[in-house]
Amino acid sequence: MFSRDTWKEIFETIQKNKLRTFLTGFTVALGIFIFVSLFGMGNGLNNTFAKFFGDDATNVLYLFPGRTSIPYKGYKANRRIEFENDDLAAIEKDFEMFLEYVTPRITRSALVKYKEESDNYSTRAVAPPHLFAEKTIIMKGRYLNEMDIAGKTKYAVIGRLVEQDLFKDADAIGEFIDVGGSVFKVIGVFQDDGGDNEERRIYIPYTTRQLIEKATDKVDQIIVGFKPELGYAGAMAFESSISKYIRNRKYISPNDPNGLFIRNVADQLKQNQQFAGVLQIIISGIAFAVIISGIIGISNIMLFVVKERTKEIGIRKALGATPKNVTSTILLESVFITTISGFVGMLIGVGLLRFIGNALEEDYFITDPYINIGTAIFATILLVLCGTIAGYVPARRAARIKPIVALRDE
Amino acid sequence: MIEIKDLHKSYKMGSNSLHVLKGINFSVDKGELVAIMGSSGSGKSTLLNILGMLDVADTGDYTLDGVPIKDMNETKAAQYRNKFLGFVFQSFNLINYKSAMENVALPLYYQRMPRKERQEKALKYLDQVGLKEWATHLPSELSGGQKQRVAIARAMAAEPKVLLADEPTGALDSTTSYEVMDLIQKINDEGNTILVVTHEEDIAHMCKRIVHLKDGVIVEDKKVKQVRASAYV
Ligand SMILES: Nc1ncnc2c1ncn2[C@@H]1O[C@H](COP(=O)(O)OP(=O)(O)O)[C@@H](O)[C@H]1O
Ligand SMILES: [Mg+2]
Repeated sequence: MFSRDTWKEIFETIQKNKLRTFLTGFTVALGIFIFVSLFGMGNGLNNTFAKFFGDDATNVLYLFPGRTSIPYKGYKANRRIEFENDDLAAIEKDFEMFLEYVTPRITRSALVKYKEESDNYSTRAVAPPHLFAEKTIIMKGRYLNEMDIAGKTKYAVIGRLVEQDLFKDADAIGEFIDVGGSVFKVIGVFQDDGGDNEERRIYIPYTTRQLIEKATDKVDQIIVGFKPELGYAGAMAFESSISKYIRNRKYISPNDPNGLFIRNVADQLKQNQQFAGVLQIIISGIAFAVIISGIIGISNIMLFVVKERTKEIGIRKALGATPKNVTSTILLESVFITTISGFVGMLIGVGLLRFIGNALEEDYFITDPYINIGTAIFATILLVLCGTIAGYVPARRAARIKPIVALRDE
Repeated sequence: MIEIKDLHKSYKMGSNSLHVLKGINFSVDKGELVAIMGSSGSGKSTLLNILGMLDVADTGDYTLDGVPIKDMNETKAAQYRNKFLGFVFQSFNLINYKSAMENVALPLYYQRMPRKERQEKALKYLDQVGLKEWATHLPSELSGGQKQRVAIARAMAAEPKVLLADEPTGALDSTTSYEVMDLIQKINDEGNTILVVTHEEDIAHMCKRIVHLKDGVIVEDKKVKQVRASAYV
């Protein structure tokens, strides 16, 4: 059945029936191609979601003061809430057993100069643990430490791109830069996976910022890193108790949606993962529907092929082809075409995904689309296998064709 | 070579059944050239198909070269057709995407003859029908007479015991018909047994024996003096 001669006969038939071969092959290749590209795009979407959160720690709450909208405990509505250093200390003390760290963040935009070069950058006045919340990676030098906070030092840790912009190829460490009128010494350079914006930032001690701004003790935001062991449910409970605590401290009604804002990264991550998961299921569903329609396509083509070849099969049988000869020739032919074109479609699909790479990242949220090569091969083999089964029925029918019926002169 | 006894065949058409062969008895010896005559619908093709194992009789005995042909499965029948029988049809029935040579070689493929051998043999038979130069041509590039000669070469390539031709000249003009009959006569001269279905008197008289079918029975079976087709070519 698998002799060289059988294959030669099959090659010849395939070669000499180019249109038929093309139609069958095209259907299969297209099916696999669509499957692979869709599946890859789905993965790309997933990657984008993962990436949104991948660059920041997820066991973090961001607390933002707002403006009250409900009168409470003798205070009028429309009162502006502000955080102070005391709040930081209080949270640190009262939630000690849940906490990993607490850090303030004061964000200011500033014109930054070094020699002839200058540009506007966002500065963040923070405490040392901010490093963990933002997953800042120190490339050289060091990050801020507690001594910088206590001493209110004029030290700055600058982003990789800030160094690139201002210092060109020179080393920034130990150099002095002018940040909005104050001179700071660069003590470290960092990188961040969150993209270019994140690497155009400058970190300074929050106490230094407060000193520059007329010795205030206000902070913009409080970032609370809690113990990862809390888990998702723990994080939600922790969020609600810290909300209650702040509202109590700051006289904000428990029902006021505007007095206090809390961003819970763990919660957002979970929601987005669920969304991405649903999306992936939908895309996989579509992709498998494509495979199914590919299978239906193959069986239709096979039916058509057998019909078209009825006369030829009759002739072959009259000349001595056994039913097994007929079945195996037709099946091998279809398996051969399906396999080759299936893998061609798969390679084109994989190639397209490679080619797209991150080109769609900005506009379409597709990052690094890929398909597990195992999945691609599985789908291809599935299609070939089902195509074979689908082709078997018409092939069997072909084998049962009575030569006298096939050869009857119309 | 061929021996049939009390052969019956009817076709079921819905609730009706059409009794086509109503007890055929006849035998053919090796080397005979027999014409089967009869009007259209008289059952000539049905008889030939049964002899060619393309169809089976309802009742009756059929012995081919001493082998009783009965209750044969499809695979066995295919092998017997391949080894013992050659077919020539009115409409040639060449495979249109295969060259003349490949068409002739096809029965040998089903004999599992090696490729080279089969091509050599196909060329030899094409040469015998005078079409060696046309070996690589597709059927669409051949005239009707040439197609039928390729079909005859194909039928003979497997060196069958009996050659069965169903109206081999039915689609050809008279000159071409005589050329084909000339070829059939020459093959018969070499000792091959041939049955030719025809409804044309002149073609029938180019055989050595005429069997006349009417209403499902043989009404006449006579030896005739063979008219050589070469006289007309
Ligand atoms: N497969 C079939 N089913 C039903 N009737 C058939 C079939 N084949 C032939 N017949 C009928 O049997 C009769 C004999 O047919 P056939 O042997 O082809 O005649 P001939 O070849 O002598 O013209 C015709 O009436 C024809 O219609
Ligand atoms: Mg007929």
